Amino acid sequence: MTLTASPLTTGQKELAKSTPPPPALPLAAVALAGVLITVVLTGVTAAAAGRVLPTAAAVTGAAVVAAALLTLLRPAARAVSSARTATAAWKEQRPADARRAASEAREDAWTTLGWCLAALVLLGAVWFLTTNDRAVQRTFFDGSVIELSFGEILSAFGTNLFIAVVAQILILAWGLTLALARMAPGRAGRPLRLLATTYIDGFRAIPAIIIIYLIGFGLPLAEVPLLSSLSPVWFAILALTLTYGAYVAEVFRAGIESIAPGQTAAARSLGLSQSATMRHVVLPQATRRVVPPLLNDFISLQKDTALVNIIGTIDAFNQSKIFASNHFNLSSVTVVAALFILITIPQARFVDRLIAREQRRGKGA
Amino acid sequence: MPFIEIDAVHKSYGTTPVLRGIDLDVEQHQVVTLIGASGSGKSTLLRCVNGLEDISAGEIRVGGETASGRGTDVNRLRRDVGMVFQHFNLFPHMNVVRNVALAPMRVAGVPRAEAEERARTLLARVGLADKAERMPDQLSGGQQQRVAIVRALATQPRALLLDEITSALDPELVAEVLDIVRELADSGMTMLLATHEMGFAREVSHKVCFLHQGVLLEEGPPEQIFGDPQEERTRAFLRRIVEAGRL
Repeated sequence: MTLTASPLTTGQKELAKSTPPPPALPLAAVALAGVLITVVLTGVTAAAAGRVLPTAAAVTGAAVVAAALLTLLRPAARAVSSARTATAAWKEQRPADARRAASEAREDAWTTLGWCLAALVLLGAVWFLTTNDRAVQRTFFDGSVIELSFGEILSAFGTNLFIAVVAQILILAWGLTLALARMAPGRAGRPLRLLATTYIDGFRAIPAIIIIYLIGFGLPLAEVPLLSSLSPVWFAILALTLTYGAYVAEVFRAGIESIAPGQTAAARSLGLSQSATMRHVVLPQATRRVVPPLLNDFISLQKDTALVNIIGTIDAFNQSKIFASNHFNLSSVTVVAALFILITIPQARFVDRLIAREQRRGKGA
Repeated sequence: MPFIEIDAVHKSYGTTPVLRGIDLDVEQHQVVTLIGASGSGKSTLLRCVNGLEDISAGEIRVGGETASGRGTDVNRLRRDVGMVFQHFNLFPHMNVVRNVALAPMRVAGVPRAEAEERARTLLARVGLADKAERMPDQLSGGQQQRVAIVRALATQPRALLLDEITSALDPELVAEVLDIVRELADSGMTMLLATHEMGFAREVSHKVCFLHQGVLLEEGPPEQIFGDPQEERTRAFLRRIVEAGRL
């Protein structure tokens, strides 16, 4: 018996040689057709938009989009020619060349189709905004309303920022306290653990808007000394701290638990107490790791500051609603949305970079 | 009186027994080595002596005082007994000198300047004076383990527990770590160590103990254990070590 002529492996080799690469020509043809169809649709959209927009604007816009689309003719044409090369190479029994050409054709074709799709989405947006005599555009993006409301909304947005910043500071302290309570060691720590777990489960279960409502309207009614005389802004800060403290506690706990047990063992074996180990060895390492998830929670906290409008705090959203009902137009609310985008996106990118750095560090270690 | 007394110690994780009635004494200035296959209970026994694990039954005494069970002042115990781990476990967020100075500062209350001064002296003694300001991940495994030994010595313990401290090292880095242990042994440090380095165990130990499935099967001077083992299990274990070219 010989092992060299294993029927299994030789069979696979034969199969590999005799299988042609997947046909690329139909796909390339679709890509080419896609470019042409999208160009035509650009013209149609421009004609429709031209009825409500200044003609010059419509024509210029259409020309820019069409010119961009026409550059796609190059990859599309290349896809077709590569596909034909592939077919020819296969006939001439050069399977490796055929596969390479076919693969290039497919990549060019998909690139072309991808950009066509992007252009179609853009055209759809133009269509949506200009249809029905620009009704959509005027409802959400009315320049005069935006101009009129911008100043006051911006200063009301200061309230949102104030609530967010103060709440974030309080949340850090409260979240860490809850996390440590939830991880309190030993028999003596059991009641603390129970309390913290109950709190965290409870406040993560209740929607933030309900907590804000209960505190904002409930505390004044309950006439609790000191607490009841706070301003609505402070009720909002209190409510958000209570809610987000529970989330952040879990973030801290995950960070603390992610520190290798060997670190604790080493510190304890040196005679450091439980709390000294936490303070000097575990927490400094854990805080570095929790920064990205913490910032994610803070981003959603910042957005949730808009919830305070239900208790009558004049934040940016409430201010914009006043403008909206006075002018029967929602463009002022768009301003608020834009302000949130403006502060949120840089933070989101920053978190991405932190996470990437953390992963590089993890690999390097 | 022996410095470490291990008396009928049992330990299980859940329903899995890991130590099944271990009796072992370590005299002062003695080096005792635990050998045996992985999972035989060597590391667990060391961790129990340091109070990192609770024992299920029996008693451990260190320096004549009970060091197991409820009411043990583990922080006090650990000032007398230092420990070095297989994976070094240096604190990655502190530089070398702060790793070494941390315990003297936070446990014994030595002022920072003095603690760091002493740390540098100790580091110089193991040839790492120039690495004092480095972060742990900038050092080789052998250098990290030497720092870990210095860190354990910084609290001036009366005994050291060494848990397979060369197992995670590249072969060419093993010698630099063993040299330090040898010096410590010569200087009279009481040590209880678990190791797979049989040649080293034979050379430095006063007593070698063979553990098998949580039982101390055989103990004796190294010449006897390595030269004329009495138990069949011990012979089988050593035969495999020889076959692997490790003795």
